[in-house]
Amino acid sequence: MQPLDLIGLIPLLPLAGFVLIGLPSAAGRRLPRPLVTAIGCGSVALAFALSVAAVAALAGLPEHHRSHQAVLGEWMGPLGLSWSFVLDPLSAVMILIVTGVGLLIHVYSAGYMAEDPGYARYFAYLNLFMSMMLTLVLGSSLPLLFVGWEGVGLCSYLLIGFFHSRTDCADAGRKAFLVNRIGDASFVLGMLLAWSAFGFTFDIREILANAPGVAASSPGTVTLVALLLFGGACGKSAQIPLFVWLPDAMAGPTPVSALIHAATMVTAGVYMVCRMAPLYALAPGAMAVVAAVGAATALLAAVIALAQDDIKKVLAYSTISQLGYMFMAAGAGAFGAAIFHVTTHAFFKALLFLGSGAVIHALHGEQDMRKMGGLRGALPRTFLFFAAGWVALSGVPLTSGFFSKDEILYHAWLANPALWAAGIAGALLTATYMTRLMAMTFFGPSRFDRHAAGRLHEAPASMAVPLGILAVLSLGGGLMGMPASWLGPGPFHRWLHPVLGAAESAASPGHHGPETLLMVVSSLVALGGIALGWRLWVARPGTPAAIAARLSTVHRLVKGKFFVDEIYDAAVLRPYAALCRGLARFDTAAVDGAVNGVGATAETFAHAFKLFHSGFVRNYALFYLLGAAGVLWYLAA
Amino acid sequence: MSADPIVIPPIDWSLLAPFVSLVLGGIAVTLMAVGPPSWRRHTGHAALLVLVPPAWFLWRLGSSPGGAVETMSGMVVMDHFSIGFHALFLLTAALALLLAVPVLADARRQHGGDSAEYDALVLFATAGMMLMSSSTNLLILFLGLEVLSLPLYVLVGFSRTQDRSMESSVKYFLLGAFSTGFTIYGMALMYAATGTLDLSRLPEEAAEGSTLLMLGFGLTLVGFLFKIAAFPFHFWLPDVYQGAPTSVTAFMIAGTKAAAFAAVLRLVTSSPALWEGPVADEWARLLSVLAMLTMTAGNVVALVQTDIKRMLACSSIAHAGYLMIAVVTRSGDGVAGVLYYLAAYLFMNLGAFAVVLAIDRARGSHAPGDPIASYAGLARRHPLLAAAMALFMLSLTGVPLTGGFLGKFYIFSAAIEANLYPLAAVGLLNSALAAAYYLNVILVMYMREPQAEAPGVRLPLPLGAGIALSAAGVIYLGIFPGRFLEFARTLLL
Repeated sequence: MQPLDLIGLIPLLPLAGFVLIGLPSAAGRRLPRPLVTAIGCGSVALAFALSVAAVAALAGLPEHHRSHQAVLGEWMGPLGLSWSFVLDPLSAVMILIVTGVGLLIHVYSAGYMAEDPGYARYFAYLNLFMSMMLTLVLGSSLPLLFVGWEGVGLCSYLLIGFFHSRTDCADAGRKAFLVNRIGDASFVLGMLLAWSAFGFTFDIREILANAPGVAASSPGTVTLVALLLFGGACGKSAQIPLFVWLPDAMAGPTPVSALIHAATMVTAGVYMVCRMAPLYALAPGAMAVVAAVGAATALLAAVIALAQDDIKKVLAYSTISQLGYMFMAAGAGAFGAAIFHVTTHAFFKALLFLGSGAVIHALHGEQDMRKMGGLRGALPRTFLFFAAGWVALSGVPLTSGFFSKDEILYHAWLANPALWAAGIAGALLTATYMTRLMAMTFFGPSRFDRHAAGRLHEAPASMAVPLGILAVLSLGGGLMGMPASWLGPGPFHRWLHPVLGAAESAASPGHHGPETLLMVVSSLVALGGIALGWRLWVARPGTPAAIAARLSTVHRLVKGKFFVDEIYDAAVLRPYAALCRGLARFDTAAVDGAVNGVGATAETFAHAFKLFHSGFVRNYALFYLLGAAGVLWYLAA
Repeated sequence: MSADPIVIPPIDWSLLAPFVSLVLGGIAVTLMAVGPPSWRRHTGHAALLVLVPPAWFLWRLGSSPGGAVETMSGMVVMDHFSIGFHALFLLTAALALLLAVPVLADARRQHGGDSAEYDALVLFATAGMMLMSSSTNLLILFLGLEVLSLPLYVLVGFSRTQDRSMESSVKYFLLGAFSTGFTIYGMALMYAATGTLDLSRLPEEAAEGSTLLMLGFGLTLVGFLFKIAAFPFHFWLPDVYQGAPTSVTAFMIAGTKAAAFAAVLRLVTSSPALWEGPVADEWARLLSVLAMLTMTAGNVVALVQTDIKRMLACSSIAHAGYLMIAVVTRSGDGVAGVLYYLAAYLFMNLGAFAVVLAIDRARGSHAPGDPIASYAGLARRHPLLAAAMALFMLSLTGVPLTGGFLGKFYIFSAAIEANLYPLAAVGLLNSALAAAYYLNVILVMYMREPQAEAPGVRLPLPLGAGIALSAAGVIYLGIFPGRFLEFARTLLL
């Protein structure tokens, strides 16, 4: 068997891990922890190895044959659906990120969760997540993608509420689930509309092949499909107006935040838009919406991140903001740049989350940065790794974040300078809030209770090694996607070209811009943001409070996250609850009444019928005889 | 007057191989039963092995394209119809034998009794079912019916120490014998009316439906309706199924019903005269009325049962009603629906009865009956067992992603294709009614506090394997219907 024919196994391996760990746990047996670790990490390691082999085999094919389909079996025959997976350069990038970063986070989790009583349950969910995420990126049809889409949503819900004895965790899980439902409804509508409009097929390649014909006759349909699908992406990837669930999702264990809510699941929306890139390229209106929503989210979330005190909340808003950049890129027609940013973001954001986990671990669960400070000396290794993530996210030249963000900003400039302006402002804020996070956590005086914290200890090797690997990738991983003007298109973009090239050139505005100048500007902005942050929170720590006091209204607004949650509460939740109460009254009075009435009638009949079941053979024989007479009378007469 | 010389028709042994190998295996198992005790303990395992050669022969027949499908002058037909139903019967037998292994072991431990005949009787009954489904000749149909029934009379009364079992056996035997009289008389009248026993060779004018033919056809049909337990020939079923040993009930509920439907389908599909003409309109109208009454009678009585075994027995009457709808459609899709439904039905019922058996063993012999109340809190004590039971109940209700759902879906959509709207509507209403008592079991398992003295359930390997296989079957049929359905659509070709 060639590795390419085995791609169907990639999602199945973690699924097997889920079953092997999950079944005994469900049956109440306690598996020994080393065994759980071996199965949990081993299944992902195998999936990673297989992914590498398959991608290597794919790279060996000529450029325009790099698409391989493997069918596991049929699913819903009448609709032409099967369990079929497609490996092409785009899904190849995604499976490498998912299995690679996923493997590192599994290993990290073995150390992080070592003391938790729900160890086996945790790894079972994590394995299930991997399987679903891989189904999402490999699925060849929209419904199969949707299976993965819903599957990762389920795992996200289960893992956010992992500490289910804490009500905030359970509530956060529920919120994530419900907000995602709104997006999913839009996604399903888009999927069904695509089915009926593009030749009654669910297969993504066929839909994309049929789309140009439809676009010629009714461009509105294509735009509507693109917008409905983007609605789903807004939920999954936490964009305005559906971003409110992601900050609350930080209630889950920190490795889960790193894997699901930073590196992989939340980028599913970006992946989906890029997967459907040829469709979006046909709908300039939808592209504009995508870009505008992305830019607005990037800016708004960066502002909110500036005023958060919980270390994970800062990172959560930062993730929302970075996802905004990715959509901005996709909306500007730079699909390759979006995927490139997905990749580099997976490296540095996973690093930052895992690093924050190491800090939280060392401080026995403290997440409030106001009670940290000065950890540089106590946790030197963690500090170094964290700093790598900090410079990468801030966009310091030559780090991975610099290359990917710069490319996005360049394409934003080409599409519309207003997008670029929002992006560059967001970049300044990004560098500033990250410097603030560093300052409050690692610099300055320590504000935590020395006695309560006990002896600070560095994370064990199982946690440190993944951090180190991610730090190297965050710093150097951008070199694979250097700007085209340096040494010609980088290997990353050449790799993606067969899938995304046509859509990109269709959506490109067809002119060039001052690339080098823009690059210099964004480098200066990144360094300026860091300098500003340094000045405000390290050099003169009193200034932010003074500014906050001067601009108290603005500060309250930002601190309160623009009160989006409260707006939702007043505009959606309360009216909805009132509607539900009304319906419930109708339900008890009219529907239940009717149903219970039917039930009661049926029971009355039943007791009457029961009389016939007297238990006497002679009676049964009599009924038989009467029945036979009836049958004969009917048939022969 | 010179007698015609008797000509022995050519016999194609490759077509008979499934029967012959099964019966020979049954005889071998019977011989084991008179062997030393160490042999007797393993009749169950031996019987499971005996099922392998027939299955293999069937596989060969099913995968070989074309070729002769009948032998012995058309007395035995091995077409896709036979192969499909035979596969169901062998599966039923295999699962029923698995279920019986711990039961028989218990019986040996408790009163040292010999129980080795049990497994052989199951094998013989299976051979009877196979015979019933693979002929259009009335004599062979009757032979199959008897080969099936006689072992069942014994099996129903197998718990000789329990009065209920003996009572059931006698009831079943008396009514069965009564019914056999109708069947054989009907067959005789049909022969008198047409001059042939082979339904596929009925003369064309039979389509007009002479009174004699209709009387014969009606009486034959009544005999099979008794086996199906259609209204008003169903009153015996709850008593017999409740009293029989649980492993036997499981075998009968899936096996006998499937065999009886196979026989009815053979009866009506064998010739165009009975399948399409005015005669067909007559019996279809009759069966549609009986189908509605059967579904409703079964469901309504099941609604008020407090014993799970009796509840499942009553609900099996309702399922027979749904299956009758499929027969009434008189279409290829309907017949495919019957086979599909029966396949799903076999897994969900044998699975449910395996769970009932496990709980029953845990309760011990001193606590008679299987009250639904004893399932309270099962989810807390045995989450996997409760989950499996919940799956079977959902499938019996007909919830999507289970085989039970697709079975109902195919039957009701075939009914709508055939413009049988009232039947489909009554069927759907009945499915909704059935949800009330099936979901009640789930409610009790998941929401009620466990009874204080509830004993722990030990699951011996064969029983656990039976439950796992059934669950896998229910899920497989619910998610991957394609290949099986494709085969089922070829039954009438």
